[in-house]
Amino acid sequence: MKNAKILEPDAPISANKEKQTVVVIGNGMVGHKFIEQLQEAKAAGQGDYEIITFCEEPLLAYDRVHLSEYFGGKSADDLSLVTPGFYEDNGIKVLLNEKATGIDRDAKTVTGSQGTVVEYDKLVMATGSYPFVPPVPGKERDDVFVYRTIDDLDQMMECSKRGKVGVVVGGGLLGLEAANALKNLGLEAHVVEFAPGLMGVQLDQGGSDMLRTKIEELGVQVHTSKNTQQIVDGDDCTHRMEFADGTSLETDMIVFSAGIRPQDELAREFGLEIGERGGIIIDDNCITSDPNVYAIGECALYDNMIYGLVAPGYAMAQAAVDHITGSLKSTFAGADMSTKLKLLGVDVCSIGDAHCRTEGAQAYTFVDETAQTYKKLVVDADKKRVLGAVLVGDGDAYGNLLQMKLNDMDLPETPEALILPSVDGEAAAGLGVDALPDTAQICSCNNVTKGDLCSAIASGCTDMGQLKDCTKAATACGGCAALTKQVLDNELEKQGIEVDKSICEHFAYTRQELEHIIRVEKIKTFTELMEKHGEGHGCDICKPTVGSILASTWNEYVLKPQHSVLQDTNDRALANMQKNGTYSVVPRVPGGEITPDKLIVLGEVAKKYNLYTKITGGQRIDLFGAQLHELPLIWEELIAAGFETGQAYGKSVRTVKSCVGSTWCRYGVQDSVGMAIFIEERYKGLRSPHKLKFAVSGCTRECAEAQSKDVGVIATENGWNLYVSGNGGMKPRHADLIASDLDDETLIKYIDRYLMFYIRTADRLQRTSVWTENLEGGVDYIREVVCEDSLGIGAELEEQMELIVDTFQCEWKTTVEDPERRKHFQHFVNSKETDSNIKWVDERGQIRPAQKTELEAEV
Amino acid sequence: MNAVAQTNDLATQVCELDFIPEHGGVCALVEGQQVAVFKLGGKVLAIDNYDPFSEAYVLSRGIVGDLKGQLVIASPVYKQHFNLETGVCLEDEEVTLKTWETEVVDGIVYVKH
Ligand code: SRM
Ligand SMILES: Cc1cc2nc3c(=O)[nH]c(=O)nc-3n(C[C@H](O)[C@H](O)[C@H](O)COP(=O)(O)OP(=O)(O)OC[C@H]3O[C@@H](n4cnc5c(N)ncnc54)[C@H](O)[C@@H]3O)c2cc1C
Ligand code: SF4
Ligand code: FES
Repeated sequence: MKNAKILEPDAPISANKEKQTVVVIGNGMVGHKFIEQLQEAKAAGQGDYEIITFCEEPLLAYDRVHLSEYFGGKSADDLSLVTPGFYEDNGIKVLLNEKATGIDRDAKTVTGSQGTVVEYDKLVMATGSYPFVPPVPGKERDDVFVYRTIDDLDQMMECSKRGKVGVVVGGGLLGLEAANALKNLGLEAHVVEFAPGLMGVQLDQGGSDMLRTKIEELGVQVHTSKNTQQIVDGDDCTHRMEFADGTSLETDMIVFSAGIRPQDELAREFGLEIGERGGIIIDDNCITSDPNVYAIGECALYDNMIYGLVAPGYAMAQAAVDHITGSLKSTFAGADMSTKLKLLGVDVCSIGDAHCRTEGAQAYTFVDETAQTYKKLVVDADKKRVLGAVLVGDGDAYGNLLQMKLNDMDLPETPEALILPSVDGEAAAGLGVDALPDTAQICSCNNVTKGDLCSAIASGCTDMGQLKDCTKAATACGGCAALTKQVLDNELEKQGIEVDKSICEHFAYTRQELEHIIRVEKIKTFTELMEKHGEGHGCDICKPTVGSILASTWNEYVLKPQHSVLQDTNDRALANMQKNGTYSVVPRVPGGEITPDKLIVLGEVAKKYNLYTKITGGQRIDLFGAQLHELPLIWEELIAAGFETGQAYGKSVRTVKSCVGSTWCRYGVQDSVGMAIFIEERYKGLRSPHKLKFAVSGCTRECAEAQSKDVGVIATENGWNLYVSGNGGMKPRHADLIASDLDDETLIKYIDRYLMFYIRTADRLQRTSVWTENLEGGVDYIREVVCEDSLGIGAELEEQMELIVDTFQCEWKTTVEDPERRKHFQHFVNSKETDSNIKWVDERGQIRPAQKTELEAEV
Repeated sequence: MNAVAQTNDLATQVCELDFIPEHGGVCALVEGQQVAVFKLGGKVLAIDNYDPFSEAYVLSRGIVGDLKGQLVIASPVYKQHFNLETGVCLEDEEVTLKTWETEVVDGIVYVKH
């Protein structure tokens, strides 16, 4: 090679002065990135450089972050970070398999293990780090490994063929990844951790506990608070690890993953300044104590920190390049160590101050033991800023929270919403990406800002694939993918590029638009709507939606033949379908008040038809296990006893929960039962985008839990306080107070308006809580519309409600009185037989559906 | 080509065509088997009443319609879709239900065996 200044030993040649020679020691992830960036600068005319790199490993730079995928079948080639031909084509000299062993800083030369001597103008140390192995007697035994290079993995793979059990020492991020690798190699995998919890650096105790539960469920055994004293020969396995507490563990393979130490040996030996606990000290330009020597990546110590992640390493590489070329475009100013990982398939994220150590910091924690998720949000004393977060099991909120922290953004009024799960696929409440500044870094791996994304989108990248190709965002760790997508959607929407919001392929309209069309054009049937505004036969999305809108608007009997075929599963039978095709029956019990006689009827009917009986969470009684043909018979008896349908099956008004109130309770200030019954009688039968629940409490003690309902009413000395848009269920939301001390009449007027406004404008299957969160202006806007009539539609909304109230019919009464309709309540249209596949077994004195295994046992 | 006049070994009588509302369904007992029969877009279509995902006999109580040009029935339990003409499940093509031929004679619907 013409210009290469690879010198024979003892024969140094003086540097070519037109070019600067840059020597890079270490061809790992960061060293390689540096070379790419310097080459790019060179191509852009920012100077001419001769680049030479020492590469101790037998391979050019490969992706250590995805190292574990080597076990999953990826080859060394797949993991390579080097575009084929990159080094050759650009005349970059690689000294493969050669470790740099000496530096002469006065002569400015580097000597390699094979005797090569190279002159430099600028030297870059990118030697990375090495795994720390604690000084445990026995650590030098065979079949004891570390987890860092492809070579380590080859050896582990070989060893796994000889044994059954594998242990990883160290329950940090890499240790858990190594444990997964052992498991994938077919070994019984264990993790031994010195500290009381896993991933102690990134996670708090709660997050760590949840992670442990999940990991143990995946079959990796976790042993915490274990101090390994020595490793000796085992009885059943190769080794026995003996712990300080007297216990021991036998294993065929041991992998140490107890942390990393900067690889600063060479730098130390040749007089560069080293930190107290290791690491080559650098400044903002990544310059070491020698102005011609830089250090980048995991070997560098910046502001007393070693950055054990690839993104900060890349930022250092850029800073060094910018200093060498003199462009000075960037410097290194420390990096955010937030991480999002998938460990054994489990999302684990840690942001900033996860341990809540900042003075005055406060935390919100959300634990879902059923879904096994743990989320903690740490905010400052004023609840204005995100300080940190821990997410285990569900990392969806990571992107949002990280951006809010990095950009110092204001938190919403209820910060906890940021970590609460979302319902019905609605996006969790969070920041709009619109609020992010253009400088916000969206992809930290590849340093892509929101501005970069926006300009790529503006120049024609209109889907994720193109955007990734064009900007490299979301192509490394993938942690930023969700946020990148949000920026894409948001930009497209702003450019007026249609983001399709049609409810389905049959109607190019949203639910709100369909509601408007139906009301304004006075459309009464699905067929008519389809003829005028749709295409095709419809489907299980648009039919129930239109069925519901028709019912909320005109309130006709939902089982009229033309409407019956639109109804979703439950509405079609006016009962809730159970897992085996039978139904449950829930008669209305307004306000939860019921006479002994009526209770007796329920008991008798349940007994006669052999129905499972349960008190519901909505203060009424559910009778389960009725077959289709029995429904009209059961209802005939219930109606005769004065019951009405409870619409437990509909997206409609369900129950109005009440407390005993002033009539009996020594604290009650109003008749909450009376008001609850009045409200339930008024709105019963009202169909809506999703179900509606109400409650009325007799005083501020709130025994009816009104603040968790769509409409909550709480008695005061002077009348009623009205709360709206509360939710229990999957994502609880406290209701908001919109008016105080109302008299009965105003209370009802406001509820009329609120409900109709919701029905007119919500999406399908959107509870009032989510509707409110998504409404521009939120609760304040609702308050203006409802209490101040800011849109001037108050009277119209009340009128629409009046029509619903006036046209109420008990749909079950209509059904049992209509012989034609009753014919549809039979299992077979051509036989009196019933479904022979329905089987019951006895449990605690009542029936329940037989399980498959029980059915098989019977045969 | 021979009109089927009544239930015989070739076909089973279901009900009057008018009994099934447009887009509606019924369940018929055909030689001991449960068959769901629908009226959709001028056709009478029949498919097993068994929903393999919930293992319940309920398909006749689902919603029919079309998706990307295929006539489908959505299970009333977990909402998987089955092509009414081929029986193939749209969400999992490994799952196929039996479809049945139908015939309407003198306003009466029959399912052929
Ligand atoms: C029967 C009952 C449980 C019980 O034995 O207590 C029940 C049973 C069902 N609930 Fe519930 N919920 C029952 C009270 C509740 C409550 C408590 C309450 O109303 O005070 C809640 C939380 C309050 C709330 O809704 O905000 C509740 C939150 C849900 C949710 C979650 C809704 C949400 O917004 O997150 C669902 C799922 C849905 O609707 O999409 C649900 C869905 C269901 C379904 C319909 C599931 C289904 O699709 O089959 C269950 C039907 C049972 C049946 O066949 O009869 N059920 N459900 C309760 C009936 C009350 C009643 O008398 O009508
Ligand atoms: C299994 C595993 C999973 C990881 N997962 C993640 C993750 O999900 N996210 C993340 O951000 N980070 C992750 N990391 C860390 C990430 O890989 C490192 O931060 C990154 O590789 C650091 O790059 P580097 O160039 O500084 O060091 P390295 O990539 O280690 O490169 C240093 C190179 O220099 C060579 N070298 C050292 N001394 C000499 C010498 N004297 N002469 C010649 N060559 C020398 C070494 O052999 C090595 O090849 C993971 C690491 C591992 C091991
Ligand atoms: S809310 Fe008040 S009035 Fe009602 S039961 Fe509780 S304490 Fe009594
Ligand atoms: S942040 Fe890692 S790929 Fe974008």
